Amino acid sequence: MRRSLVLVAGAVFGAGLAVAGMTDPARIVGFLDIAGTWDPTLALVMGGALAAFAATHRALAGGGGGAPVGPVWASAALALRDRRLLIGMVMFGAGWGLGGMCPGPAIANLIEGHGAVLAFVPAMLVGMLIAQRGFGADSST
Amino acid sequence: MIQPDFSPTSALLGGAMIGTASALTWWLVDKVPGVSGIVGRILQARAGDTAWRALFVVGLLGGAALAFWLRPATARFTAAPSLGVAVAAGLLVGFGSRLGGGCTSGHGVCGIGRGSGRSIVATLVFMLAGFATVLVARHLLGGAA
Repeated sequence: MRRSLVLVAGAVFGAGLAVAGMTDPARIVGFLDIAGTWDPTLALVMGGALAAFAATHRALAGGGGGAPVGPVWASAALALRDRRLLIGMVMFGAGWGLGGMCPGPAIANLIEGHGAVLAFVPAMLVGMLIAQRGFGADSST
Repeated sequence: MIQPDFSPTSALLGGAMIGTASALTWWLVDKVPGVSGIVGRILQARAGDTAWRALFVVGLLGGAALAFWLRPATARFTAAPSLGVAVAAGLLVGFGSRLGGGCTSGHGVCGIGRGSGRSIVATLVFMLAGFATVLVARHLLGGAA
């Protein structure tokens, strides 16, 4: 079944996180530390990711495919008035800056079993459950 | 001052792997694959929508394990938060990502990759929040994080 190729995609994703250095909190905090010694790694990772995403999408879907997202400025303007989005992203960014991890790297880091990760991941799952069950958060991008 | 030990080739290569895998997954399952959504919806355990998500996560763990094993430098884990901060950070990341509908991969890579103005705004907001948080934690409060 074609869907089982998701296992391979996940593996490339996880390996990519590691190779990119995204699993090291120091790289994340270093990028976010604009007043200190700045680490540009994340900027390059994002650049590489966006370029590869666009190229792969074009190769697979031939430029079409996926639900149309509509004019950029229209959805951006709506987003600026979406309180859940804004509050959620502020909280997410704060947690990211404090812990140096976001969901993907945190899960990847379970492999090495660091104490900070074993504390972070369950807390992250609890946070997700509270948002989903307590606040009806069920959106995706 | 720029971090001296940064490796542009690893960053670009890793980023390319992340982007390729994300677009591939999108094509395979016709859903936007941000990790926060993938994990969050595993927790919801909807029939017919959970298996691929679990497969992705298993793959993610396997791929990371392979990379850590083949290139031990990738397993570097420094500037770790204290346990208390890790719990607070995890709660914020988990709650915030689901409330805001995405994370760095969901909004930052896939969303922007699809040309979503919503995801551009989301990414700018979490980036600013991240910059502000580190500024306060490291430079104003004396660096406990």
